Amino acid sequence: MDTAAIAVSLQLAAATSALLLLLGLPLGAWLAFTRSRLRGAVEALSALPLVLPPTVLGFYVLLAIGPEGPVGRLVAAVGGPGLPFSFPGLLLASALYSLPFAVQPFAAAFAGVDRRLIEAAWCLGHGRLSTFWRVVLPLSWPGVLTGMVLSFAHTVGEFGVVLMVGGNIPGRTRTVSVSIYDSVQAMDLAAAGRTSLLLTLFSFAVLAVVYGRKGAGAAWARR
Amino acid sequence: MWGSARPAAAVGDEGERREGLGSAAAGEIAPLLMDTPRPWTRRALVGALLCSPALLRQGTAAAGAPVRIAAASDLRFALEAYGPTLAARGLPIAPTFGSSGNFAAQIAQGAPFDLFLSADDRYPAQLVASGHADGARQRVYGLGQVVLWVRTQSPLDLGPGLQVLADARVRTVAMANPRHAPYGQAAEAALRAAGLHEAVAGKLVLGDNVSQAAQFVATGAADAGLIALSLARAPTFAAAGRFVVVSGHPPLRQTGVVLRAAADPAAAAAVLDALCGAEGRALLDRFGFLPPA
Repeated sequence: MDTAAIAVSLQLAAATSALLLLLGLPLGAWLAFTRSRLRGAVEALSALPLVLPPTVLGFYVLLAIGPEGPVGRLVAAVGGPGLPFSFPGLLLASALYSLPFAVQPFAAAFAGVDRRLIEAAWCLGHGRLSTFWRVVLPLSWPGVLTGMVLSFAHTVGEFGVVLMVGGNIPGRTRTVSVSIYDSVQAMDLAAAGRTSLLLTLFSFAVLAVVYGRKGAGAAWARR
Repeated sequence: MWGSARPAAAVGDEGERREGLGSAAAGEIAPLLMDTPRPWTRRALVGALLCSPALLRQGTAAAGAPVRIAAASDLRFALEAYGPTLAARGLPIAPTFGSSGNFAAQIAQGAPFDLFLSADDRYPAQLVASGHADGARQRVYGLGQVVLWVRTQSPLDLGPGLQVLADARVRTVAMANPRHAPYGQAAEAALRAAGLHEAVAGKLVLGDNVSQAAQFVATGAADAGLIALSLARAPTFAAAGRFVVVSGHPPLRQTGVVLRAAADPAAAAAVLDALCGAEGRALLDRFGFLPPA
């Protein structure tokens, strides 16, 4: 069993969820409350990874973070390390790939908050930011949690993008899905079986906890 | 078809019109009207499926069907160049490219290929031993060579050969995954022979097969690559970079073998023989495969 690969996958998933929380909250809020004509285009753009095959996304990311790509040049200009085949590069690709899994539940939760509560907060002298922080976000936490869990789970299960941009480096970019793929190709079915079983049990446990909590939350809300 | 069917259809009522269209142009129209499951739709659908070229190609023993080849990815450009010649001789081929180990695993699970062109002799031997390949129809078609490849704009001087990989400017070195790709195994052996394995281990990035490793260097994502000479000789790579041949690895005895699952074993054997014949040899020479000793 490839414990190093499991560690890489968990780190990548946790980092991706955290990054998407940072990026997804403002983006989700903008999508939920804006009246801009650009809303449709931005929402479509953020949902693209749902539709695009990982090969397309991996191809674009590899070119973008390469030494001649726009991101690669920017990073080199500020003296950063090379992104291709590195954990940060993989994190960037993962965050793009899982973006809709965070942003869409966030935006849906924000949009579902009762408008009257928001307006009441305004009348009581709270600004937009303060209203978001003290009214909208606390009321939307189940949606935010769902988005976090989905992006975490989606990253653990990610394969094609990692194969395209990861470079399969043990302990750095070899994730559990790629490790299982390698074991199968090398006819090491026993190793593939052990790692697959562990991954399946882990995924089930995470989902069971989330759905269990969600049920409890709903019951609590009804009371 | 739409244009010619429309005026005639306009005379009848709704049902007749559809019936008419269904029989006249079943192939094209059936998929467009799948939301109305009427009997004619089903007939049209069956007709469309039967006429689909993809299904015809599945016919196992159809005469003149292309020989399905599981080919090591170092053959990508050579086979693409040879395909038209073979087709003109009544031996069309349908190659799929990947790592040899990957294919060996798939063939052992019953993958539908006629011919396996491996980048080594180990995987074909395994398949012969496990009864998935015909040991009597097995030939070495060439010896593969590993090269150290960099892009034209790379500042590296390839004069010292592999030793250049110890240079601090080389941060990443792409090669095929040695777990299941013969070129990865050869590259690893060459690095060990040169005493560089420790120094380079932290720089390695692994492609799923040698072709992906080559793509990693060609796009500039990796600084240098240990790839197949046959890829370096292909026009797209020749125009984009330079290379030196690397020694110090056991020969990559590239072996072809006809598979037990072959729909037409004679055709598969004919393709392998053509590859080993004078014409095939000349082509393989051009792509840097040495003649088997």
